[in-house]
Amino acid sequence: MARALPIRSARTATPSRRRARWRRWLPGYLFVLPSTAMFAIFLFGPVIWSLLLAFQDASLTQREWTGLDNFRGLLDDRVFRKALRNTALFAAVTVPVNLLVALVLAGLMKPLAARWQTFFRAAYYLPAVTSVVILATVWRWMFNPRFGAINQLLDLGPVPWLARPNLALWAVILSAALTIPAAGVVMYSAAMGSIPGDLYEAAGLEGAGPVRQWWDITVPLLKPTTLYLVVMYTIWAFEVFERVYIMTGGGPAYATTTIVQLIFDTGFRDWQYGVASAQAVVLFALVALAAAVQFRWLRSDVQY
Amino acid sequence: MATTRRAPRRPNPAVGKWLAVAVLVATTLVSLFPLFWMLSTAFTPGSATIKTPPSLIPVPEALLDPSSLPTWVAERAYGPTLDNFQRLVDQTRGLVWRWLLNSAVIAVSITLFHVLFDTMAGYGFARKEFPGRVLLFGLLLSTLMIPPQVTLIPNFLLISRLGLADSNLGVILPGLADVFGIFLMRQYLQTLPREVEDAARVDGAGEWSVFWGIVLPLAKPAVATLAIFMFMRSWNNFIWPLIVLRSGDRLTLPVGVATLQGEFATDVGLIMAGAAVAAVPMIVFFLLFQRYFLDGIRVGALKG
Repeated sequence: MARALPIRSARTATPSRRRARWRRWLPGYLFVLPSTAMFAIFLFGPVIWSLLLAFQDASLTQREWTGLDNFRGLLDDRVFRKALRNTALFAAVTVPVNLLVALVLAGLMKPLAARWQTFFRAAYYLPAVTSVVILATVWRWMFNPRFGAINQLLDLGPVPWLARPNLALWAVILSAALTIPAAGVVMYSAAMGSIPGDLYEAAGLEGAGPVRQWWDITVPLLKPTTLYLVVMYTIWAFEVFERVYIMTGGGPAYATTTIVQLIFDTGFRDWQYGVASAQAVVLFALVALAAAVQFRWLRSDVQY
Repeated sequence: MATTRRAPRRPNPAVGKWLAVAVLVATTLVSLFPLFWMLSTAFTPGSATIKTPPSLIPVPEALLDPSSLPTWVAERAYGPTLDNFQRLVDQTRGLVWRWLLNSAVIAVSITLFHVLFDTMAGYGFARKEFPGRVLLFGLLLSTLMIPPQVTLIPNFLLISRLGLADSNLGVILPGLADVFGIFLMRQYLQTLPREVEDAARVDGAGEWSVFWGIVLPLAKPAVATLAIFMFMRSWNNFIWPLIVLRSGDRLTLPVGVATLQGEFATDVGLIMAGAAVAAVPMIVFFLLFQRYFLDGIRVGALKG
């Protein structure tokens, strides 16, 4: 009789069967437990906490719910608007420059022998394994008005790059633009290597020159990689901090303050946790928005 | 790649090729110049760091006779010395060694924890069946979208409440919530055949001994990539240790070097010596383990 009701017995498992199932699942849960616990404590919890703090007037001494006041305050805050503008300008210049440099260098490397490709990739990647903090320290010295490399080698005279409000941000941008986007070069190289050679052969037979081939075959087929790199470099640009903190500290007169520099100042110099959290939430929203827009804009179903 | 052909009607392919190489070499020089300038300054005798034209050509002491060198060289030559490094150690009263030690302890701890936890979690997600597996993995992956700055303030409050501010552990723990390694290990383990594990299970091996004795050794190549990536990321990490650490003898190298800039602003030689101490270990590390770094970039994990 019991055998006549297989469906029912599967749904309401006997205690022993339930125990057997748990015994099968338990190792899986235990294996993912340590990592998951770390995420719960140091990431998911803090993200929620941050969202809550954004609606509070929280500082070292007090804490009270203030609704949207922090966000309203940000709208009127000239420094915050300045930070948004600075960050946007930094991203608007460095992202296209980085992408273009990566694309061109990967293309130029492609016909070379494998060992030369390895050599150039390593040469480009060498600065990237060095902390941005260290490189920014060097750049700050390179921008020194009297004895720095830039003014001396270019014979510019004592230009105070980092001390002039209208030059400082451009100096920071220049330092980022002149850093070879090594990850981009490597990703583009890998993607170019997987484009079938017969496409080029066919184009060559039809008389298309290398530039034409590059523009009509390589660039369109690299679109998925481009999308990925645009999103990543945009996110990194939005989160720029070390470079600014070391080179200028955000000055002079907030000329180089970026969003993260401002979050740092608000949270850990002025100890305004609530306001700083609101700023971080805005950053989060901007990053998510930028990624969403770029995915929509560059999405493609290229196959090769 | 080898099948790519140059266009038949191209006037002179050799010119194009040499032009490409020239551009690559020029960008290599631009890319490496900051590191070169850092080392030049670090090894220049203190008095010669600030002079015009800058000292860029290292010449052994014995040959450093102005009359025997061409003027152009003599003006730019310097006898490399370790004076700046000596002053760095003296002026910081040996603290720079503490920073080196702290950086190493923190980076090694984070790396070991990540290798263990991430391989465990990757194994759980790749091989085990349990309810909520897909959802949990998706949730962990989604954290890639969250700017790390969002959790700075709550994590700082949390670490302070746990009494871990200004300690190595306070830097290490939040560093363990990082999904990259889980993703990497899961992808890698999915490509491995299950037969060996199943055979061991038939022989009566328990879950943990299958993991420890079979899965972990088989995962060695991915573990190497993960370890190198994590070591580099934590060695170069800046904003979190900058926030958590306060006392001079607790700092990591990048944070320590950043403080040098405030304390010894006019002593560029000393600052560059500090920068070199922080940069050189990573550069050596990179040159030794280049292959794994490139793997790390390809899976999209390294900035650059």
